[in-house]
Amino acid sequence: MSETATIEKPVYTKKDFSSGVEVRWCPGCGDYSILAAVQKALPEFEHLRENYAFISGIGCSSRFPYYMNTYGFHTIHGRAPAIATGLKIMRPELSVWVITGDGDGLSIGGNHFIHVLRRNVDINILLFNNEIYGLTKGQYSPTSNLGLKTKSTPYGAIDTPLIPARLAAGAGATFIARSADMLAKHLNETLHKANEHKGTSFVEVLQNCYIFNDGAFDPYLEKSVRDDRVIYLEAGKPMIFGKDKDKGIRLNHKTLTLEAVSLSEVAENEILIHDPYHNNTALHFMLASMGYGGDGLPLALGVIRSLQAPIYNDRLAEQETEVIAKKGKGRLTDLLKSGETWEVK
Amino acid sequence: MKKLTDMSAELDAGSSEKKLIEIDEVTIRFAGDSGDGMQLTGTRFTTASALLGNDIATLPDYPAEIRAPAGTVPGVSGFQVHFSSHEIHTPGDTPDVLVAMNPAALKANLADLPQQAIIITNSDEYTAENFAKAGYTTNPLEDGSLRNYRVIPIPIGRMTAEALAETDLNDKEKDRSKNMFVLGLVCWLFDRPLEPTIRWIEEKFSGKERIIAANIQALKAGYHYGETAELFPVHFKVRKMQLPPGTYRNITGNEALALGMVAVTEITGLKLFLGSYPITPASDILHELAKYKNYNVRTFQAEDEIAAVAAAIGAAYSGNLGLTTTSGPGFSLKLEAINLAVMTELPLVIANIQRGGPSTGLPTKTEQADLLQAVFGRNGESPLVVLAAKSPADCFYKAIEAFRIATKFMTPVVLLSDGFIANSSEPWRLPSEEEIPHFTVNFRTEAEGFKPYLRDEETLARPWVKPGTPGLEHRIGGLEKQHITGMVSYDPENHETMVKLRAEKIRRVANDIPEIKVEGSGKADTLIIGWGGTYGTITDARNTLADEGIAIDQIHLEYLSPFPKNLKQVLENYKNIFVAELNLGQLAFLIQGKFAIKVKQINKVKGQPFKVGELVDAIRKGLSL
Ligand code: SF4
Repeated sequence: MSETATIEKPVYTKKDFSSGVEVRWCPGCGDYSILAAVQKALPEFEHLRENYAFISGIGCSSRFPYYMNTYGFHTIHGRAPAIATGLKIMRPELSVWVITGDGDGLSIGGNHFIHVLRRNVDINILLFNNEIYGLTKGQYSPTSNLGLKTKSTPYGAIDTPLIPARLAAGAGATFIARSADMLAKHLNETLHKANEHKGTSFVEVLQNCYIFNDGAFDPYLEKSVRDDRVIYLEAGKPMIFGKDKDKGIRLNHKTLTLEAVSLSEVAENEILIHDPYHNNTALHFMLASMGYGGDGLPLALGVIRSLQAPIYNDRLAEQETEVIAKKGKGRLTDLLKSGETWEVK
Repeated sequence: MKKLTDMSAELDAGSSEKKLIEIDEVTIRFAGDSGDGMQLTGTRFTTASALLGNDIATLPDYPAEIRAPAGTVPGVSGFQVHFSSHEIHTPGDTPDVLVAMNPAALKANLADLPQQAIIITNSDEYTAENFAKAGYTTNPLEDGSLRNYRVIPIPIGRMTAEALAETDLNDKEKDRSKNMFVLGLVCWLFDRPLEPTIRWIEEKFSGKERIIAANIQALKAGYHYGETAELFPVHFKVRKMQLPPGTYRNITGNEALALGMVAVTEITGLKLFLGSYPITPASDILHELAKYKNYNVRTFQAEDEIAAVAAAIGAAYSGNLGLTTTSGPGFSLKLEAINLAVMTELPLVIANIQRGGPSTGLPTKTEQADLLQAVFGRNGESPLVVLAAKSPADCFYKAIEAFRIATKFMTPVVLLSDGFIANSSEPWRLPSEEEIPHFTVNFRTEAEGFKPYLRDEETLARPWVKPGTPGLEHRIGGLEKQHITGMVSYDPENHETMVKLRAEKIRRVANDIPEIKVEGSGKADTLIIGWGGTYGTITDARNTLADEGIAIDQIHLEYLSPFPKNLKQVLENYKNIFVAELNLGQLAFLIQGKFAIKVKQINKVKGQPFKVGELVDAIRKGLSL
């Protein structure tokens, strides 16, 4: 809408984005902190409140839109990216946010997830990954660890989990980031970058399900180990981590794998410099995979990949402009008469 | 009425100068391998006839496989065209002329031919190898099995090659021109001018001069061959019919549906969004609308059927016209999402171009077996509106009607078409601007007093709000809604209230649609009910019976959910009620269930439309006549 450009944005506070509806997640659920982070971040963005639309699927995370004082649509299981696509195609001026979970987004909605990414529809996807089905009371999800015992896997899960960020890289996502419910500041910064990105912004938020999978991310995020088990990726900065900033990530040229090295043994110029802007899918894929499968590497947090690429709506607009330039704006009467017609007098 | 099969005497007469004889109607079926180009020959012949002013009805019939093994019966594709000097409603029960490009095409179609039918066949293809492929043990041209027909074997391939001998076309290209030779020959036989086809060739192959020249040459060669060869002593003319004045074009159901959707954008000033996934026989609607980028149309080929409807729901939510098009199996996949539109009361149109089922079924064949799926096929009490188009051109008007109801009542509307009307064509008088239905769409913009589920008193529709409207931020979703506020509610009383409100809203659509009009005298004892694409056939059957002195009345249901208000009253006037449909009795089930009356069923599930004769026989039998 052209008029939005001329309306001055009011000064919003966090409260302006709360619908006032009683929040019904379990006490202790990580979703609360994510809600707070989003409600805090939105007033900081450039959009008018009425131009936000939150579209969700089904699951604990997907209740999110009810708590937001924005336009919100709690849809059906897995299909939020497709519904958001239709919305965004018709209304490019809206700021569209898909709220999904690991089951919703990657299992039943896996197909829509990869396709929205490859199309680069200019929306933001927040995937709350708690590695479990919460709303249906505790079955394993497509991101659950191998061996996880749940109600539906009493002897342990036997299927290999997906790594969401890696799947996104494979699908050609132009923006991939990872943060966590408990990292308020980091999450805020990540949301800002997602909002700024033109194209589909995919943000995986590690989220603790207090009831059915409590502590799933403790091996990385628990305070005492965190500094050694995660790395905060920053564009243009060397990949250094550790409580004492004494470790780095290096590419082993012989095995073409990443390895963690001690800075006391390796020269700093051997440490990789993070470049999310360069289309290096292989490296981004490796970064997304770090920390999984007992590779001994830290889990990557932050923006893994952020590419400038044509977005769906721009390509569409370009095509429409081209056709109109060639054929003129269509009129129904002409269209009806197209093809072979004859007159009866 | 003078038909071709009554012309034995004229056809038997030897004469040096070929007389032009007038007849009233002809049905021709073009049949060949999928690669023989018979669909094209049929369409071009149809256009030539339409331009002459005949009434026309066509029926393409093609195999599910794009190129089934050449020369085999399953690989045969056909195109039937019925043209006449008077009003007709069907593509004809039995072809008077069969053009069979090989033995398989002969075999596949012979059973449909009446005695004395003309068979023009490509004798080049009558080889031992092709007999084996078609399952013939002897040469049908020689074994006497065709003695009741007028067989005209022509070495079509050779004649075409000869005609193009001077060109630089290679053998394959020459062979591909044989459908133009056939078209030329048939144009001569029925006195159709070649100009429209020549114009079409020039346009179609514009820039490829040698192809244009060769095609025209083959076309003319066929025409002159008819004129000079000693095959036909006479040729025929079918006069143009008296049509209401206006501009006409020939149109298929899928084209008309697409045009209707474009019309809706002009009527409402809104943009149309089509979310679709390729599926036979609905894909042509996507192809058509995808061309109209300079109209207010956006098409989106989704990753699957569910995404297609989901994106259309997103478009409806955005404040635009959300449309999804599909066929049976795709429709099944969409049902859960359609239910979301039922719950969130968003205007959505779902066009289901029915085909033979269940499962993958008969992708290229017609059937009307998705009626109950459309009316009932969702979890919970899930009422919505179901319309059915009755002819190719009617698809235009039903597309508009579907969106009129969807936006007025804030409900999903299922528009049923079928493989038959989707692909068959009829001449259509283009509506003037005034003849196109008009309606307006309202959006809520007023924040004062806004409640997402506060309903219009008359229609019970909830307000439609575009995201982006300041002060109206609100949440909707698939969970049960509290009456008026739209907040999530698990309250038992509220749930029952809402279930009933949703049902009542759809019932009230009946106040907004035309009442049933009885066709026929209105005084008969017997009524025949149809719905969807069988309209023309049932009408012809009623007329045929009337000619025989058997008066029956007819109604055709264009609104299946809800039914028109006066349906019950109409049904009460009849002693015998027949319901004719291409399924095992789905409308019969609805009518019997709703009105507790007994009906006689006429059903067919062969992937083919009814024939007039079949209906006439079934009614006679049902009335013990
Ligand atoms: S089940 Fe788990 S994810 Fe769901 S609300 Fe409770 S704690 Fe949160």
